[in-house]
Parts: sequence; C-alpha cells; structure tokens
Amino acid sequence: MTINKNFTDWQEQELDASLNRFPERKKEFILHGDAEVQRLALPEEIDDDYLEHLGFPGKYPFTRGVQPTMYRGRFWTMRQYAGFSTAAESNKRYRYLLDQGTTGLSVAFDLPTQIGYDSDDAMALGEVGKVGVAIDTLADMETLFADIPLDKISTSMTINSPAIVLLAMYIVVAEKQGIPAEKLRGTIQNDVLKEYVARGTYIFPPRPSLGLITDIFQWCSSNMPLFNTISISGYHIREAGSTAAQEVAFTLANGITYVQTALDAGLEIDHFARRLAFFFNASSNLLEEVAKFRAARRLWARIMKNRFEAQQPSSMMMRFHTQTAGNSLAAQQIDNNIVRVTLQALAAVLGGTQSLHTNSRDEALSLPTEASVRTALRTQQIIAHESGVADTVDPFAGSYYMEQLTDAIELAAEELIAKVEQAGGVVACIEDGFIQRQIEQAAYDYQKEIESGERVIVGVNRFQIEEKEKPELLRVDPAVEEAQVNQLRRVREQRDEGAVQTLLANLQAAAESDRNLMEPILDAVRAYASLGEICSVLRKVFGEYRD
Amino acid sequence: MTKQQIPYRVLIGKPGLDGHDRGAKFIARALRDEGFEVIYTGIRRTAAEIAATAIQEDVDVVGLSSLSGAHLRLFPEVVNELKARGGADIPVLGGGVIPDEDIEILLREGLNAIFTPGTPADVIIQSFTKASQQHRDHDFQR
Amino acid sequence: MISKGEELLTGLKEQDPRAIGRAISAVENNGDVAADLLAALDQDLIDKVLVLGITGPPGAGKSTLTAGMIKTIREQGQRVGIIAVDPSSPISGGAILGDRIRMMDHALDPDVVVRSMATRGRLGGLCSSAGAAVRIMAASGCEVIIIETVGVGQSEMDIVRLADITLMVLAPGFGDDIQAMKAGILEVADFLVVNKSDQPGAEALCMDMEQIFSAKVEESGITRVLQTIASENRGIDTLLATVHRFAEHLDTHGIKAQRRSQALDAETLDWILEILRPRFILAMKDNPKQTDPRIRAQELINTIHNPHNITP
Ligand SMILES: Nc1nc2c(ncn2[C@@H]2O[C@H](COP(=O)(O)OP(=O)(O)OP(=O)(O)O)[C@@H](O)[C@H]2O)c(=O)[nH]1
Ligand SMILES: [Mg+2]
Repeated sequence: MTINKNFTDWQEQELDASLNRFPERKKEFILHGDAEVQRLALPEEIDDDYLEHLGFPGKYPFTRGVQPTMYRGRFWTMRQYAGFSTAAESNKRYRYLLDQGTTGLSVAFDLPTQIGYDSDDAMALGEVGKVGVAIDTLADMETLFADIPLDKISTSMTINSPAIVLLAMYIVVAEKQGIPAEKLRGTIQNDVLKEYVARGTYIFPPRPSLGLITDIFQWCSSNMPLFNTISISGYHIREAGSTAAQEVAFTLANGITYVQTALDAGLEIDHFARRLAFFFNASSNLLEEVAKFRAARRLWARIMKNRFEAQQPSSMMMRFHTQTAGNSLAAQQIDNNIVRVTLQALAAVLGGTQSLHTNSRDEALSLPTEASVRTALRTQQIIAHESGVADTVDPFAGSYYMEQLTDAIELAAEELIAKVEQAGGVVACIEDGFIQRQIEQAAYDYQKEIESGERVIVGVNRFQIEEKEKPELLRVDPAVEEAQVNQLRRVREQRDEGAVQTLLANLQAAAESDRNLMEPILDAVRAYASLGEICSVLRKVFGEYRD
Repeated sequence: MTKQQIPYRVLIGKPGLDGHDRGAKFIARALRDEGFEVIYTGIRRTAAEIAATAIQEDVDVVGLSSLSGAHLRLFPEVVNELKARGGADIPVLGGGVIPDEDIEILLREGLNAIFTPGTPADVIIQSFTKASQQHRDHDFQR
Repeated sequence: MISKGEELLTGLKEQDPRAIGRAISAVENNGDVAADLLAALDQDLIDKVLVLGITGPPGAGKSTLTAGMIKTIREQGQRVGIIAVDPSSPISGGAILGDRIRMMDHALDPDVVVRSMATRGRLGGLCSSAGAAVRIMAASGCEVIIIETVGVGQSEMDIVRLADITLMVLAPGFGDDIQAMKAGILEVADFLVVNKSDQPGAEALCMDMEQIFSAKVEESGITRVLQTIASENRGIDTLLATVHRFAEHLDTHGIKAQRRSQALDAETLDWILEILRPRFILAMKDNPKQTDPRIRAQELINTIHNPHNITP
C-alpha cells in the first residue's frame, strides 16, 4: 500500500487512542507457523471511492466496524438471554452467573408481563412463567434482584410496551438498595414500533406508545444518563419473515421515528444518540447477512450525519446486538441446528456485532436444556478462539461480491425507507398496514418456496429420516402459575389499598394531561400497585391497539 | 377455478398471548388459495372469544395456533367453550411447538388433529378439507 | 319431529347465536330450508330495523368506525348486527375475512351479531344473500344493522343499495381513490365521513367534500359531511345521532319505504339471475353451439321457456 494521509491520520487518531484504551488481546497475531495476521487489510490505493464507501474501522461511515481494532481488542459480548419462570429462581441463577464473573444480566419476562397483564388476569391463563419471569408488583422485582448490587452490574430487559413500568420498578429496587438512578447501567428494549409489525406484544396505539417512550427518553436523559433507553430491533421483523433489506429498512425507519420523536420533545441529538442501540437477526445465508450488517451500519451513519446533522462520531455509530435466527431452527434432526447456528453466528461476527446470542439446538421444540445452552455458548467460543476470524478486521472488505451486495442492500433499504416516508412515516404505515403487508408477502413467498421444494431445508423438505429417539425436553412446572397468583394476592392484602387507589387516580389524571408519566408511575410502583393495574389505567386513557 | 362447490368456512385463531402469527397467517392464506373462506381473528384471543366467533360465523372448522407453550391449557379450553355454546360438532385443529406426549393429551381432550413445525402445508390443508367435509356431511344429516 | 327450518326459526326468536349463524349459511348456500325459513321471518321486525351501509376505500377505517358505532349503539341498549363483506379471490374462490379483528372487543356480547361474508364472485348473488342476512338478523331482534363493504367494485356498491342509509368513509391521504370515486360518492352516499381527522389533510378533504355535497338538496337541513377519529372513538356519538335524525326524516317523508321497495326489487332481480344461472350453465353445456353470444342467449332463453322443448 502506498502511504496515504487518510490512513496515517486514522492511525494517529483513532487507532492509537483505541490501542491505548484497549490493548489488543495478544501481543501478536500469527497463523500456524510464523506468518503474521494483518490487523486491517487495505487496497493498494486508498482513493475517494474507498473512503466514501468503506473508510477505516471506528471511523465514518463505519462500514468496516465501530472500533479501530474490532475483536483484536476485545471479543463481542457473549450474552445469552434466558427466561426462568419465577423471580426467586432467576435470582438464584443471576447470583450464580455473577459469581462466575458475569457483569451483564439479561432478563426475559413472561408474556402476561410483556403485555401488561397481572398473573391472575383471565388473559394470562396458561402463560404465566412460560417464556420468562412473571413480574406483577415491586415485590417480585425485589425478589428478582435480591442481594445483587445494582450499581455493579448492567441489566438488559426485554420489555417494550410496559417498559416504563418495569423500568420504574427497577429504579425503585435500586432506590431501596440506596443506589441513585444516575448510577444504573443497562438497556431496555423499549422498541414498541416493531411490536405492531412483528412481535405482537403491543398494548396501546402507536401514538400514545411513542409518548411513553418520549417520557422515558426525557426522564432518563436527566436522571439516568448511563442507561440505554432503547434497543431498536430488526430481529423480530426478520423472524416474522421479512427479507434482509426489509429488516434493515424497517428497523432504521423505526430508528428515524424515535430520533425525530426525541428531537420534537426538545432533546439534543448528540446527547441521546449514543444511547440508541440496535438488535439484528443473523440468518443462514452467510454472505448476505455479512453484507446486511455492513450496509445497516453505513446507512445509519449517513442518516445520522446528513439528515439529523449529528456532530459526534459516537452519535453516528451503529452498535448492535445479534441473535441467531430462531425461525431457521428445524424440529427435525435437531443436531443440524448446531451447524445452522454456527453459520449464523459466524455471519454476525464477520458483520461486526457488539454482542451475540446463539440459539440452542432444541429451541424449535421447547425451552432449551442446559446442555444445549452450553453447546450454543461453545459455538461462540470456538468462533472466537479457534476460527481466526476475530484476528483481523472486516476480512470480507474489498471482495467484489461482498461490496456489491452491501451496496445493493443499502440501496434497497434506502428506497424502502423513502417509500415509508412518502406514505406518511412509520406510524401511518403501521396504521394502514403497509409494513405488515410487505413482511407478510415476503414470508408467504419464502414459505411457498419451501413447500414447493425450490428452497431446500435439510432434514425438513429434503434428506429426511425417520427419527425414533426423541430429545430430552424441558418443561415449565404448571404449579408456577398458582404460586405466582398467590403471591400477588398476598401483596394486595398487605399493601395500603387507599394509597394505591389515590396514586392510580393521580396517574390517570397525568395521562389525561400532557405530563411526563415517569414520576406518577414511580409513585404507584412504590406503593405496590401492580403492573396490570397501572396498565389498566393507561388502557383506559390511551385505548388498546388491535392489529 | 373454484375448487369447492360451496366454500368451506374456517376460523383461524391464536389463543393466548404470543404474537408469532407468521405460521397462522401463512395457513390462512394457503387455505384461501385452496378456496376456503377464512375468518381470521388476529392474535391474543381468549378461548371464549374464539368459540363465540366460530359459532356466530357458522364455521366448519376451527384452526388454532400457539407457540408459547400454553397449548395444553388453551386448546382444550376452546373445545370446551365450543361445547358450552352448542358447537360440540365443530372440529378443532391445532398447530404449534407441541411435544409428542402433549399431542396425545390434546387428541384425548377432543382436538381433531395437531400439527408441528415442518408439517407440509399440503398435509395441513388436507386435514382442514377432510374435517370440513365431515362437518358438512354431519350437518347435512341433522 | 320438528324440521330443521322450524328449529332454526325457534332459535332465531330465542336469539340463539348458533341458529342465526346457521340460518344465514342456509340462505348463503341456497340450502333446502332457505325458502321456508325466509317466508316465516317476522316482517314487523324487518320493517322496523335500521340498515346502515358503510363503504369506502380499503384502510379508510370502516371496520374501526363500525366497532366504534357498535360501542355507542350498545351503550344505548340496542341490539346490533354487522355484515362485513370482503371480496373472494377470483382465482381460488377463497377469501380472507379479517374485518372482525377490529370488532373483537364485542365478541362475547350476545347482542352484537357479526357475520363475515365473501362476495363469492357472484354478480347479484351476494346482494341477495346479504339481504337475507339482514332480514335474519332483524328477525333475531337486531334493531340496527351495519353492512361494511369495500367501496371499490360495482358488486360492492350494489350491496350498499340494501341499506336505508349509506355512509361513505374517506380519510386524508387517499387522494387517488377519492378522485376515482367522486362521481359514485354523490350517487351512493347519504353521509360522507371524513375519518382519521387526527391526520393532516382532514380539513381540506372535508371542505372538498362539503362542496361536492352542496349539490344535494338539503331539504332536511341535516349536515352530511362529518368528521371522526374512529381509532380514538371520537365523533362517533355525533355521527350516530345525525344518522338517526336523518333516518327519522326518511321515515316521515316515506323515503325509507320507497328505498326499501327499490332494494327489494333489485334483490328480486338478483335472485332471478341467481336462480336461473345454474340452469343456463347446464343449458349451455347441452347446447354448445358457436353462434354469436347475443343470439345464442336469446335461443337459450327460448329453449328454457318452452315447456315442450325436447332436448336433442
Ligand atoms: N390515525 C387514525 N387511524 C385510524 C383511524 N381510524 C382507523 N385507523 C387505523 O386505520 C387502519 C385501517 O382501519 P380499518 O378499520 O381496518 O379500515 P377498513 O376501512 O375497515 O379497511 P379494510 O377493511 O381493509 O378495507 C387501522 O390501523 C386503524 O387503526 C383514525 O381515526 N385515525
Ligand atoms: Mg375493514
């Protein structure tokens, strides 16, 4: 490579600073033998075209990654999301993980909690504790985090429509531990827009939901600056059957909506943009997925810089979590899923993810067993330590095919975003069903290809065998539901009912006005008002969304 | 052209809280493409709502989908609600992530057929056709 | 032994949901009991019922508005019926009937009777089945019946003629649809509902529509262009109150009766076509001559009407 000023600038600014802060994992990276692994392979000539489309890692437009040394500095975070049916059991598990040196917890809630129903609600029948922990009142949250110092850990909570309530409970638990909100670190998913188009755990109509998100943004930007207030998720859009380009487009369109909402509420772009995190799917088409991640990163950087005029590089940098595609897991010959997950995880790593969850082989059948979860984690560790792909930055860069595909996905996504905006933006497109129809059509076409055999799924529509041995499966004890309902009853008996009713009435009044709801919800939570009661008040004022 | 003389009417519903309706929507469309009239109730319905709707719409078959693991509670509940509303004759088919031992339980509890991931759409449609036909015949005899 | 028809009739009187559903199917499918059943319906109830037609472009908010109207009507203590019509696929003959998703809040209310119907690709047939469904619902005690249909094709517009009063629902942002429907709007609609009034462009659309409607003779003095936000249940009480006033106006001026009798004529014609259709299809098969269609049609009519005709 010829000496290039842009390159030396990058070395002196981004790279050196990064090396100082995070020294690389090893003194030198070598292949078997003594050939050195290049940190960053570059073209012969660094021309304007290269700088515009690829640039250097850790620098705009971030196509090659968000850190100058990527995984040579530190591996991605191997974060395994897991659901345990009760708060007490989860707490035990968390404390075990913390003893093992984990510093990040990840909380999965059961469906009633995610949709704002108490465990004794008729709608919760059969669902309590099934896909995660049930939280009815502050008492459950206290159990969940008992003896865990909340200032020492970061907590990621997969919660959306009622995020404001669960966040309030988390804050109050910390308060009771004597820890102020400003010290709390973690992430709430809080991405309600994708619920309408893909995941389905919506409660209120889109507009009031955006209002709640704004309340969170506002309150946290002054009281809880270390907390990531949203994780903008394409994962579920893809699971619902979208194409890769649609995943990028609809996720970024949602991102644009949140940014605009925050700006409209008077926040400064460079104050909150670095608190936006993303969450993508990794599917089995390795090359397409790598291109997708690169395209998403570049497109977001351009949007933040050109459209929202962000100044700080950190505001333009798309950091994301990835999970392998649950939908790709087959119920037949389940060991094949390990191979699928390997391909998908590899795509995420080659695409530059910041953290990764690998699915377990048996997840198409039930909650994963401990052994399967271990294999899933080992898959990441093998990629990290044995495959060598983590030793160099963005190894696919410059491949004709990869760059062509990256450009194509970016362009397709850009066009789709433009279409959404022409049609009045994301909310209007959700209301009118445009986005849902696009995804539905893509899902339908894909499934048709499988049905016709045009698309081969190994072990499902080709290479099938008669399977005699059934794998061992994990089940949630049905007694969990009853125990949780009893617990809720006890809390209701012991709390000051008058105070609860007054605070719920206050909340209703606040919801009917334009006030920020964070404080009234904090008050209600402190008095042990339940999640269902709080959401009922909001349902009354905001209405309920029906798809 | 029309594959059925008089189109069969079926209801596709998702009891429970899980929002993963990709499979349910696919089946709804596939049935439509086979000439069925499909009443789609959307996600998050109670068993009672599904049963009441099925009765009002006078469907030949009810198809249910649940992926959250709550099928043992929810599917039989729909069967019972149908019975309570005078619709014991309406066959109920179910699909989802359902282990073998649960399939046996569900069939005992009155489900007509259960489908698991990977079942080809053709097989599912055939089951709907058969169950609809039987229901019509039975209806005719009344 | 009591016949199936009698059983259904008793069920209708008892407002049994199963009987209502089956009775409508019997008519829709041209079942054996249809004729007896229809003959025995309570004509008084049928005369009294108020039938509202709701039409408009896809996604304008018809179902949401209908759900809102159900709510208000129920609060006023009336029993209500809904017939939600969606098109059948011309290729497979199947249909996805999704309107009731928005009405599921009322799924357990026994006094909200909903029936989804597909157009089944018939020219007049649907109109006649929907008409029969209206009468069956009325005979089961429904006091208001709402027919929802997408206002795109002619057959859907025809259904609207079953209604005593027709509401056209529009929303801002449907410019092309509205342009295409402008002529039809005036002809068909008694009321113009500008829904999604929370969206930009609603005011302009309203003014536009008021201008179109100014052509209608306003001897009743009743506002014909109204605004709603169906998703927030706003404007619906006023809308219904206005509709009821208009219904009274129609009643006292004998217009309702006039409209009913026109609708019955249209339905009768539909039934004639519906009943003759299979016979002519058979006749065509038996007589596969390749003359000019117009001439052949006349020949076929002559054959069918000739009682002494002997098929070769
Ligand atoms: N912003 C806004 N959205 C509305 C309003 N009314 C309905 N919607 C939304 O518009 C979308 C379409 O509403 P529907 O009631 O299904 O419309 P429709 O006319 O019945 O649609 P089709 O039956 O498909 O022709 C839904 O997402 C509603 O939530 C309104 O007043 N304001
Ligand atoms: Mg509709």
